[in-house]
Amino acid sequence: MISLEHVSRSFAVGDQQVYALRDISLDIAAGDYVSLMGPSGSGKSTLLNLIGLLDRPSSGTYSLDGKDVTALNDEEQARVRSEKIGFVFQSFNLVPRLTAAMNIELPLILAGIPSGKRKARVEGLLKDYGLSDRADHRPDQLSGGQRQRVAIARATSMHPSILLADEPTGNLDQSTGREVIDLLEILTEQNVALILVTHDPAIGGRARRQLHMLDGRVIG
Amino acid sequence: MRPIDIASFASHSLQSSRTRTLLMMLAMSIGVGAVVVLTALGEGARLYVVNQFSSLGSNLVLVFPGRTETAGISPGMLLGQIPRELTMEDARALLKSRAVSRIAPMTIGSSEISYGPLNREVVVLGSTSDLLEVRHMELALGQFLPSTHEGEPVCVLGAKIRHELFGNASPIGKWVRLGDRRFRVIGVMGSQGESMGYNTDELVIVPVSAAHMLFNNSGLLRILVEAKSRDSIPRAKQDAESILLARHGERDVTVITQDAVLATFDRILRALTLAVGGIAAISLSVAGVLIMNVMLIAVSQRVKEIGLLKALGASSSGIRTLFFTEAALLSIAGSIAGLALGEAGVLTIAKAYPSLPVTAPWWAVLAAMGTALATGILFSVWPARRAARLDPVAALSGR
Ligand SMILES: Nc1ncnc2c1ncn2[C@@H]1O[C@H](COP(=O)(O)OP(=O)(O)O)[C@@H](O)[C@H]1O
Ligand SMILES: [Mg+2]
Repeated sequence: MISLEHVSRSFAVGDQQVYALRDISLDIAAGDYVSLMGPSGSGKSTLLNLIGLLDRPSSGTYSLDGKDVTALNDEEQARVRSEKIGFVFQSFNLVPRLTAAMNIELPLILAGIPSGKRKARVEGLLKDYGLSDRADHRPDQLSGGQRQRVAIARATSMHPSILLADEPTGNLDQSTGREVIDLLEILTEQNVALILVTHDPAIGGRARRQLHMLDGRVIG
Repeated sequence: MRPIDIASFASHSLQSSRTRTLLMMLAMSIGVGAVVVLTALGEGARLYVVNQFSSLGSNLVLVFPGRTETAGISPGMLLGQIPRELTMEDARALLKSRAVSRIAPMTIGSSEISYGPLNREVVVLGSTSDLLEVRHMELALGQFLPSTHEGEPVCVLGAKIRHELFGNASPIGKWVRLGDRRFRVIGVMGSQGESMGYNTDELVIVPVSAAHMLFNNSGLLRILVEAKSRDSIPRAKQDAESILLARHGERDVTVITQDAVLATFDRILRALTLAVGGIAAISLSVAGVLIMNVMLIAVSQRVKEIGLLKALGASSSGIRTLFFTEAALLSIAGSIAGLALGEAGVLTIAKAYPSLPVTAPWWAVLAAMGTALATGILFSVWPARRAARLDPVAALSGR
């Protein structure tokens, strides 16, 4: 499903080129559960953003479901993000002025789904993630674990085929982190490909496929 | 995104930064309100002048002694000569024109009027019987100046003079004293208020010859000439000029039509209204700059949100539309509030100065609303573009 061929990503810092990704070739199948580990600065987030179409490679090709997506324009890429990709971040990234329900609804609004259908889906998600009694709470009224559950509900609201999680447990204590990982793993059983960036070998070790990065390369 | 969702998302984010939203609306509404109030004042002044002129009478041509050159000064004036007087004979001669239906000479002076122990200063207007018709004046009691026996010592009192001297008793047939002469009251004017600088309520009208004797002079202040119809106004003006040229041997009078004066005032006051309206509109563009500034701040405060929206499937143009909509909603709300503010101001002025017909002209209201919307939207182009162009990765990481 995801296919990277000789992908590099470099940044111009002053008059120097800094390589965040070097010649990466990688295939990830539908429903795969991949953990991405490596020291800080090794390029994990850059790779994730690239797969999530928030960034473009400096060279190489990226095809998704057999289609070269780097060639798409902004509008088309946005559509792919909307329909196929869900993001879960370390710092939750909820919109502070919106309630839990409205945060979950956001991708559906952006996709232009009619209001009646949205409400039904949001209600279902709130129930699935045990947030029904928190629907009208704003993020600052929720605990860290609840916030990340809202974020996961939001990431799955459009039924994506790829879920990209960048250190989703980084801001959580161990037991809450474990709950969040459990929720994500349930999704992989529903044919969602999960790419999970983590520092924690105990968490990374649970994945079916484990990738290690160093200095912009995938070293196995 | 559906339009309704765009609008509700935009209004939601406006509501969540209440102070900022209210301040911007205030700036915008002061601008719109200023345009409405200032143009209403200008238009009120114009209508006031137009009304004043129309109450003077219709189809009027005015003859003044002395020549007002459009360019330069007359040789006579240069030598310090006083222009030749207009006389009653001049006035009567104007009736020879077939374009003229009636004339009314006017001479003005001030004197003391007394009846019994009561007395006051009054403006005395010397004229003839036709003044009533020419000036469209109304009589409340008795009769106006007689058309024969012009030398008779009779007078017609203004409504206020009559009230002060006689109260509610009828003054008809009573003798009053003007200066050192006695006049018999034959009529009372209806109450009309101000017109062209004279309050007819405080006038005493006497025959021209009586006024001349009273003030020991012989000239006329002006002659009101009524043309037979609207179409014959130019003809009446020409005739008046040629008749007086023949009588005086030189062009030493000024003949103007009421329309010409009116048109000039109309032009000047309309230009003035446009000018003050324009200045107020400039204050609107200041509001626009303010909106731009605040929107730019809003964009930089919401960098993370913008990055997130992109990650959740918003395109750059979608983000642009969202910020645009925010600015547009703000401008609409601001200009509606401004319209309300302006109309409230107009009502207050109308209450304070009932004689001034203040209403904001529709074109000014439209222009103010249009300018407000246009500046609001125009000045949000840059912030909206800046938001749309944000790199989502950098935005999300707060870099
Ligand atoms: N926008 C950028 N400009 C310059 N250098 C960058 C930028 N983004 C990432 N990098 C560099 O690329 C490398 C990889 O970064 P990143 O993918 O964030 O690492 P990780 O997520 O593994 O900690 C780092 O050396 C980082 O400094
Ligand atoms: Mg990282």
